[in-house]
Amino acid sequence: MRNPVTAVKQTAARYKTMDARDKKSFWVDAVLNNAIYIILIIFVIYTWTQNSNILSGPSIVNLINLVASNLPMALGIGGCIVLTGTDLSAGRVVGLTAGISAALLQTATAANKFFDSLGEPGLAMVFMALVLALLLGGLVGLVNGFFVAKFQLHPFIVTLATQLIVYGACLMFYMSNGNNGQPISGLSDAYRNFVTGTILPRFGNNGALTIPNYVLYAIIVFAIMWFTWNKTTFGKNMFAVGSNPEAANVSGVNVFFTTMMVHALAGVTYGYAGFIEAARISSNVANTGQNYESDAIAACVIGGVSFVGGTGTVSGVLLGVVLLRIIFVCLTYLSVDQNLQYIIKGAIILLACSIDMRKYLTRK
Amino acid sequence: MVHDVLLQMTDICKSFPGVKALDHVSLTARRGTVHALMGENGAGKSTLMKCLFGIYRKDEGSILLEGKEIEFRSSKEALEHGVAMVHQELNQALKRSVMDNLWLGRYPMSGIAVSERKMYQETKKVFDELEIDVDPRQTMSTLPVSKRQMVEIAKAVSYNAKVIVFDEPTSSLTEEEVEHLFKIINMLRDRGCAIIYISHKMAEILRISDDVTIMRDGQWVDTRPANELDMPTIIKLMVGRELGNQFPPKTNEPGEVALEVENLSGQYSQLRDVSFTARKGEILGLAGLDGSGRTEVLENIFGVATRRSGTIKLNGKTVRNKSSRQSIKAGFAMLTEERRATGIFGIRNIRDNTVISSLSKHLKAHIYLNERSMRKDTQWAIDAMRIKTPSQETKIRSLSGGNQQKVILGRWLLTDPEVLLLDEPTRGIDVGAKYEIYQLIIDLAKQGATVLMVSSEMPELLGICDRILVMSGGRLAGEVDARTTTQEEIMTLAAKYV
Repeated sequence: MRNPVTAVKQTAARYKTMDARDKKSFWVDAVLNNAIYIILIIFVIYTWTQNSNILSGPSIVNLINLVASNLPMALGIGGCIVLTGTDLSAGRVVGLTAGISAALLQTATAANKFFDSLGEPGLAMVFMALVLALLLGGLVGLVNGFFVAKFQLHPFIVTLATQLIVYGACLMFYMSNGNNGQPISGLSDAYRNFVTGTILPRFGNNGALTIPNYVLYAIIVFAIMWFTWNKTTFGKNMFAVGSNPEAANVSGVNVFFTTMMVHALAGVTYGYAGFIEAARISSNVANTGQNYESDAIAACVIGGVSFVGGTGTVSGVLLGVVLLRIIFVCLTYLSVDQNLQYIIKGAIILLACSIDMRKYLTRK
Repeated sequence: MVHDVLLQMTDICKSFPGVKALDHVSLTARRGTVHALMGENGAGKSTLMKCLFGIYRKDEGSILLEGKEIEFRSSKEALEHGVAMVHQELNQALKRSVMDNLWLGRYPMSGIAVSERKMYQETKKVFDELEIDVDPRQTMSTLPVSKRQMVEIAKAVSYNAKVIVFDEPTSSLTEEEVEHLFKIINMLRDRGCAIIYISHKMAEILRISDDVTIMRDGQWVDTRPANELDMPTIIKLMVGRELGNQFPPKTNEPGEVALEVENLSGQYSQLRDVSFTARKGEILGLAGLDGSGRTEVLENIFGVATRRSGTIKLNGKTVRNKSSRQSIKAGFAMLTEERRATGIFGIRNIRDNTVISSLSKHLKAHIYLNERSMRKDTQWAIDAMRIKTPSQETKIRSLSGGNQQKVILGRWLLTDPEVLLLDEPTRGIDVGAKYEIYQLIIDLAKQGATVLMVSSEMPELLGICDRILVMSGGRLAGEVDARTTTQEEIMTLAAKYV
């Protein structure tokens, strides 16, 4: 890492040597490269003048919760994007693993019990369901990775196919065991406490605010991913493959294995997200998780994980998720029409991608 | 014929932030002559041409075409005024036909439809004139690079270009194709065109050009008639100092046999039954024409290409080398031909580029990589290879070709290789950096490494190799002693199985 103080000093020294034209383009670059942050700050201030609740305690806790539930998936997809790929199957994998986790962890007296023979689940059962969700997500990821690595298919095509397959499996699951597509709810206390309960002290006025456990888990996932991307051979290899797969192969990187594992790891994060999501929303349907991948991909791109490949950071993904969530929260506080929100979301993704791509264009 | 001035560029200046890329450079191209433009990489040749074609805007200076001041805004505008360029890297619509490429942007029309018939006839006419043997209806991608270049030249001719710039046109041509190119250039010259010819190859320049302009560090150095110049003078003008010798003294001494290759054949390439041995401390050259199987020998040894048969022994022991990973473990290293396509990780920094092949050395407790030891190794590479870079965090793509090559060499040296497979180690590198790379190669051999080196530059092979294997049509055509052989002997062998 470059020392930020010396970096600023260097930039200032360089700026002094520029002529008027270069100085102008320096500012234009500075504004455009940071446009997303500038827009964000203006946006938050505007929202605050309209509805000061946005900066209240509950609003901020809500923001943290949303970030925590979105972050793991975005980190998984981020790896695929580093390989110049993508993953469209993410949302459906969340849906499937959420449904299965919920079905396994219903309380004994739930109204429409999916597995009649299961009793009241304890903590051991919760862990088993978690492991199952992770394995299932990982399996889908492995399938994605296998087709991408073995047949050199574009991940867009592969994950488009697995997205459909997983959705089909998910619908069939909801129809099976006489459930007939009913929502799966009535989750056990052990499960809900594990995810949405808290081991941290309450705070705020009269202890109305809590930080749920899954925020802590998200921090752990973040730490694991940071370590994986930055400190392991696998991480270095991932960036090498993303930057230049041919050169990586010659340099002794196992491109096949690395590609498989990046997708498998992504799948595991979707499985995890499904397990958490089921407890968070407590009533699960087959459409749970739909389009989650688009938010995750958008967050990665906003956070600087470029589709050019071979570049991006874990903290960038976190930043992207936070920025995207702040914008959505602002829209809600401004009571912007739900339909209009989609349009704004799309515009933001376009803007962010354009700004990102601008850095990689060869200037003439 | 009167060689009046066609194009006159005077006192061209161009600055980029922090760099003065062109500093009062002048160039005069006369009708019916070939004007060579020479200089090391980064001397400003391309920048000068880009100013001519409006890809860059010049800061100062004037460009006169037939006495009229011009400032083109795009290469299309230049083309319409009769100024054309044949690029080193061809930008063509490969999936389209030859004639589509030729008439792109100005299709002959009949009514509102493009007239395929007129297009075909016109193309045929230009091709016949230039004695180019290509079917105008053929798809571009099915043509070899040399033919595609011919199409590019035909395109310039079809615009009735008066000034034609050739940027390193012979870098991917065989001897025979070069002859054809020269024939065309001479034809164009006799018609009264002014040719600007950019090349590194001094022998070619001396053969074909009338005038030579030499640039160094963005400045004009000299313009002289070609018949007053010889190679040492050109090198001296280009480098700005006397290069006593193009090659460092050979101090390595071949010892025991280290590498034995028997009956090497490729599964998907035309490589057939290649057998040879190489000694410890020996630099073994691989000569041959493009496509003769030189690169394939290295790729098959290193396991990045699939072998059909063959055994490889290192120090008497058979090595498997089924993949690059096995080969690296066995003590092999391979520098590839296309540095940008298969060598560097452009977007990553120098440290990442340096340590990628030796990550296992830095692994602590089997899971995490030690940052400090990676820094140390990278610093070692920067010092040992004399890599010019502001920091280890600099992105590799911002370095010059020579420095990139040194980073990749450093990457491989960190794997402690016994056998180095080098494919065109000095391609696209300027004269000064070449010398340093030669020195590194000789030093490595001196320390006991076995070096296999593929090169298209014959003097280079003769200058630093001990023995040279000559490939032809996928087979080993012969072996020569580098001290006693001649270029003619090697060329004869190279043509043996063609």
